[in-house]
Amino acid sequence: MNAVSARRRSGRRLDSTVIVYLALIGVIVIGAILVATVGRSFFSAGNIRDILTGMSVLGFVAIGQTLVILCGSLDLSVPYVISLSSLLAADIMKGNPANIAAAVAVALGVAALIGLANGLIVTKLKVHGFIATLGMGLIIKGYLDTNYKGTSGSVPWEFQLIGATGIGPVPVSTVIMLAVALLAALFLNRTRVGNHIYAVGGNEQVARLSGIRTANPVILAHVLCSVAAAMAGLLLASRLGVGSPTVGTQGGYDLLSIAAVVLGGTLLAGGRGSIWGTIGGVAIFAVLDNVMSVLQVNPFMKDVVRGIVIVAAVAVYTGRQVERRRARFGPGGSATEREGDAGPDAQAPAPASASTQPDSAQPESTQQSAAQHNSAQLDTNVGDRS
Amino acid sequence: MSEQTPMAPVPILTATGLSKSFFGVTVLHDVGIELMPGQVHGLVGENGAGKSTFMKILAGVYERDAGVVTLGGEPVVFGHPVQAMKAGLATVFQEFNLLPDRSVAQNVYLGREPRRAGFVSQRAMVRQTQALLDELGIDFIDPTARVGSLTVAEQQIVEIAKALSYDARVISMDEPTAALADHEVALLYGIIRRLQARGVAILYVSHRLKEIFELCDSITVLKDGALVSSGPAAELDTNELVRRMVGRSIETFFPGPVGGTTVGELRLAVSDGGNAFVDGIDLELRAGEIVGVSGLQGSGRTELVEAIFGAAPFNRGTITLDGSPVRIGSPRAAVKHGVALITEDRKAQGLALGQSVLDNALLVIRGVFARRTAAVRKEIPGVLSSLEISSQGLGQEVQFLSGGNQQKVVLAKWLATKPRVVLLDEPTRGIDVGAKIAVYQLMRQLAREGVAILMISSELPEVIGMSDRILVMHDGRIVAELPAGSTEEQVLSAATGAAASAHEGTRA
Repeated sequence: MNAVSARRRSGRRLDSTVIVYLALIGVIVIGAILVATVGRSFFSAGNIRDILTGMSVLGFVAIGQTLVILCGSLDLSVPYVISLSSLLAADIMKGNPANIAAAVAVALGVAALIGLANGLIVTKLKVHGFIATLGMGLIIKGYLDTNYKGTSGSVPWEFQLIGATGIGPVPVSTVIMLAVALLAALFLNRTRVGNHIYAVGGNEQVARLSGIRTANPVILAHVLCSVAAAMAGLLLASRLGVGSPTVGTQGGYDLLSIAAVVLGGTLLAGGRGSIWGTIGGVAIFAVLDNVMSVLQVNPFMKDVVRGIVIVAAVAVYTGRQVERRRARFGPGGSATEREGDAGPDAQAPAPASASTQPDSAQPESTQQSAAQHNSAQLDTNVGDRS
Repeated sequence: MSEQTPMAPVPILTATGLSKSFFGVTVLHDVGIELMPGQVHGLVGENGAGKSTFMKILAGVYERDAGVVTLGGEPVVFGHPVQAMKAGLATVFQEFNLLPDRSVAQNVYLGREPRRAGFVSQRAMVRQTQALLDELGIDFIDPTARVGSLTVAEQQIVEIAKALSYDARVISMDEPTAALADHEVALLYGIIRRLQARGVAILYVSHRLKEIFELCDSITVLKDGALVSSGPAAELDTNELVRRMVGRSIETFFPGPVGGTTVGELRLAVSDGGNAFVDGIDLELRAGEIVGVSGLQGSGRTELVEAIFGAAPFNRGTITLDGSPVRIGSPRAAVKHGVALITEDRKAQGLALGQSVLDNALLVIRGVFARRTAAVRKEIPGVLSSLEISSQGLGQEVQFLSGGNQQKVVLAKWLATKPRVVLLDEPTRGIDVGAKIAVYQLMRQLAREGVAILMISSELPEVIGMSDRILVMHDGRIVAELPAGSTEEQVLSAATGAAASAHEGTRA
């Protein structure tokens, strides 16, 4: 019984989402102290609103990016989709609240088509997502540069409220973003195609041999990613009051969203990660930005800090992810316990085998495991795959 | 052996006249088998006998060229492994089809996630997986545990649970114990007995004859892609089985030593070497000597040469090279000491596939002896032509060469370093006979020049035909040293653990 529960526990390791939120708490604590040293309050309503506002746009983009990265692809076209959707929405609204629904539908619909094209290029033409979406981004950029010389259209006051109001210190835009995150998390966890996104990203061959049509999850992830980027574009339009052909690129949302996803513990190669990890990553960026703004850090220095955080985070994750070949012998040449992680509490061999052995074998094997006790402790230090 | 449930008279699976060839090479010719419900049927044969091909045809991985398979009396054709699974024929391959980052339950139900009201129910998935594990009598695997955190044995159980979830009537297992420790094997036995009791037929492929006799009700022997015999296990004993598996003379194409070859002074000695994968390694290689290493897959052969080469260095014991103690802590150190390793997987570890023949041949020289590059560069055409590499020139990318020519490029790469000790890991795997003979001749030539050679091979005729001595490995240790001219039976019985059981006595 004891051994069983010990092994059950050892079967898990600290979830990377938990680590992300521990890191977030660490960043908040350090940030709060630093902010306090300049005589300001980190936890004031105004400051919290600033941080949450900073999270919402990147949050939308990063949620979509998470889906795409989980299935082993990437989306570099998001900044252009953001700009395009802000322009489409503002142009169609023309300051008239009656046009809001149509504008939103067109912006999201066009984005869905762009995502569909990305997904088809990746799955049918077998062009890696990096290149497929880079090309798609350039195509949209060309269209924007040709047709728009500057801001365009006009967003009615009713739509601007989305970016301007809040419930207490929580902006409406952040609430919507978190709702979308919840939907995306449910999608990944509670739909077959969501589950298959992990499978395709983890090992396409295994997914295919399990009877999964491997193109579908990838195409759907690309569609949803572009739609999420369009939502970010709509939010930016509501904040600016106009559509802008450069609002996406200025924010650097392509690489920043990828960084947030990876910071959130999602494997860049796909197959492992979570939406909530990504939200944690987005929050870490938002807190860092906020603290550095309050401290009036030189803007170039901000990028240095962001860069260090991203690289350090990925170094920590990869350090944990290396899985080595199972050791057969410990440092002294003794055979290691094959249960591997069992550690000092290791009992006799696997329970089921004990039941198949004659009773007389029992005391002997217990003795042996006691004799190996010391070496087993050493073994776990060296032999354990970290 | 056949004391369990009364045998149903009707076989659950029959295969007759199965044939398969790849690129004109016949790998399976007119092989048939009958599996009875609740029976374990052993499938044995040497490497290359066609066991894996046979299993893969049954599993729907390969399409057969000829033959009929019936499952439950109905003729079946599977174009995809999932079709076979759904029909009730599941296969547990040596390489698991599992996603390490997903949970046990998610892996078991991958592609068929149970839904409630249209949504995947992780809870139902966990509950059903728990039920499957309970049926197998497994209480130490948590259905929510990440598969990557499980041991190999536990992952295998997950595969078996997956097979069970398809209501498999036939489960074939490819070398299921190859990577298991002794007590884990007992666990697998228990599971197999439970499956038998449920009336599942099991096709059991193994090299370990002890297991075959312990588990199987009937045994089919394959050799060189053809059926040797198929019948009740009770009619066979170990000697007879081994004779049927290997019964052929060593082929004549192994060249003898080049005239003037003498086994000279001690080149390389390892004393009590060990690391996490091998232990108690005592080894001597003399100039001009070819030493063969035999052993089953996973017995630590590759780990042994990787340790000598510094890729996974020894962390205890000593290495002596030409009389002076050396420390080889990295491949770079090994190369500097004149040790070469021809790796098992030439595509992944031996060659930069997108680079030219010349670049590959100079790879080690440029990396370790950069100052010699210009001089060696001039010798490369000569080395390549002496190996009779047929390529379109030095500039051709190696990925477009045949397997044999690729292997020659790997050899050229190492010959360029003028090694004193050459370690070869499966040097003739996947290359044609002509190239094999070229490799053998090169080995003889190197021996003539005083190089010490250690060759790992799974092909028993090759080990016996080329070696001056044969080391046999089992479970990370060298368990036997056999002289030249040993029989395949002797090597096989040492490798399958018959001789090893004495050494194994101390293991828990």
